Amino acid sequence: MDLKRSLFEEELICLAPIDPERDAEIEAKWTHDAEYLRLLKADIARPLSPAQVKKAYESIEKKVEEDKNLFYFTIRTRPDERLVGFAKLYAITWSHGTGMLQMGIGDAQDRKQGYGRQALSLLLRYAFDELNLYRLTALVPEYNRDALRFFEKAGFVIEVRRRQALNRDGRRWDLLHLGLLQEEWAQNGSLKIDEQGRQ
Amino acid sequence: MAITNLFLGTKVRLVVEDPQVEAKAWSQWLRNSEYMLLLDTDPPVLWSEKTLKDRIEKDLEESHEDVFYAMIRTLEEDRYIGFLAFFETFWNHGDAWVAIGLGEAEFWGKGYGSEAMQLALRYAFNELNFHRVTLGVFEYNQRAIRSYQKVGFVEEGRIRGEFLRQGKRWDMIFMGILREEWNNNNPFQPG
Repeated sequence: MDLKRSLFEEELICLAPIDPERDAEIEAKWTHDAEYLRLLKADIARPLSPAQVKKAYESIEKKVEEDKNLFYFTIRTRPDERLVGFAKLYAITWSHGTGMLQMGIGDAQDRKQGYGRQALSLLLRYAFDELNLYRLTALVPEYNRDALRFFEKAGFVIEVRRRQALNRDGRRWDLLHLGLLQEEWAQNGSLKIDEQGRQ
Repeated sequence: MAITNLFLGTKVRLVVEDPQVEAKAWSQWLRNSEYMLLLDTDPPVLWSEKTLKDRIEKDLEESHEDVFYAMIRTLEEDRYIGFLAFFETFWNHGDAWVAIGLGEAEFWGKGYGSEAMQLALRYAFNELNFHRVTLGVFEYNQRAIRSYQKVGFVEEGRIRGEFLRQGKRWDMIFMGILREEWNNNNPFQPG
C-alpha cells in the first residue's frame, strides 16, 4: 500500500475543491465560448454570468453531499493553483459498481498541455482504486475527434454509437458512448506510466 | 390532415389517471420481482401505496417538460396493465429515451407491449416531432428485445457488464429508431 502516492496530485496539475468566489469569474468566461460547451455536451449551449455559475457550484456541492453518487473536482495547475478545468464522476450506481465520467479544459490555450491527460489519470485511479468501480462510461460527440483520441489512448473503447443523436450546424452527428473496465485499466495502467517515464 | 386519436390502438390505449389509481397498480407490480429485475437496474424496493401516491403527486407538481408519462389500458376488459414514459428529452436535438413496462405478467408475449410501443413512437414522431428515440434493455430480456425489433428498433451497441446480477455481469443493450426508419415501416400508414 503506497500511501505516499497522492490521489490528487500529478506533476503539472492537481485535483482540488471548488473555490466559488474566484472560480465563478473564470468559468463564466468559458461558458461564453460556445465551442467549448458544444465539444463538452449535448445540452443547449448558453452563456452564464458569474452569479449563475456560483449557484451551479452550490447545487453541485449539495448534490455531492446528499446524493452520494457524484464526485466533482476542479483541475488546477501546480504550483500556482490556476483553475484550468473540471473533472467529475457522476451517475454512480453503487450496487453495480458503475459510473460516468466527464471532464473539460475551459480555455483552448490550456488544451494539449498534458493537463487533461494527467487529470484523467488521477480521475481513473480515484474511480477504480478508491471507489472500486467496475466500469466507467464517457459520452463523446462524434465531431469531437480530440476527445475521442484522448479517451481511446487511455484505453476506452466505443461501445455504443447513437446514430444522429445530435443536431448541430444543420447536420446530424452520432453520440458515442465509450467504456473502460477496471480490469482493462489495471492491465494497461503500468504500461502508460512507463511510457511517460515515471514509476 | 386526417385527425387520428394518437392514444388509441386496437388492443390498448394510453391513459393518464389520478395518482391513487396509478399508485395502487404500481404497489402490486413492485412485488413481482421478476418484473422489477427485467425493468430496472436499481434493487427493487417495496414502497407503500401511500408513498407511491405522494411521489407521483410530487412529480406531477414539478411537471418536468422533458417527461411524458402514461399508463397502458387494454381495450378489452379495460385492465390497467403497464406504463410508458419518455424521459431525458433533448428538445434541441429531437432525441429522447423511452421506457415501457407491463406489470401484469399475464399480458406478456401477446403483443400488448409492442402495440403500446407503436403508439408511443407515433406520438414521438408525429406529435413531439422527435428525430430519434433510444431505449436500454437488459441482455437477458430476450422477449423485450424481440418486441423492440418488431416495431423497428435496431441495436446500436452494448454497455459491457453494466450490471451485476446473480453473480454475473450483464450487458445493457442500447437500441434506437430514427424518424425515417419509422416512416418506412409505419404500421398506422393508411394504404
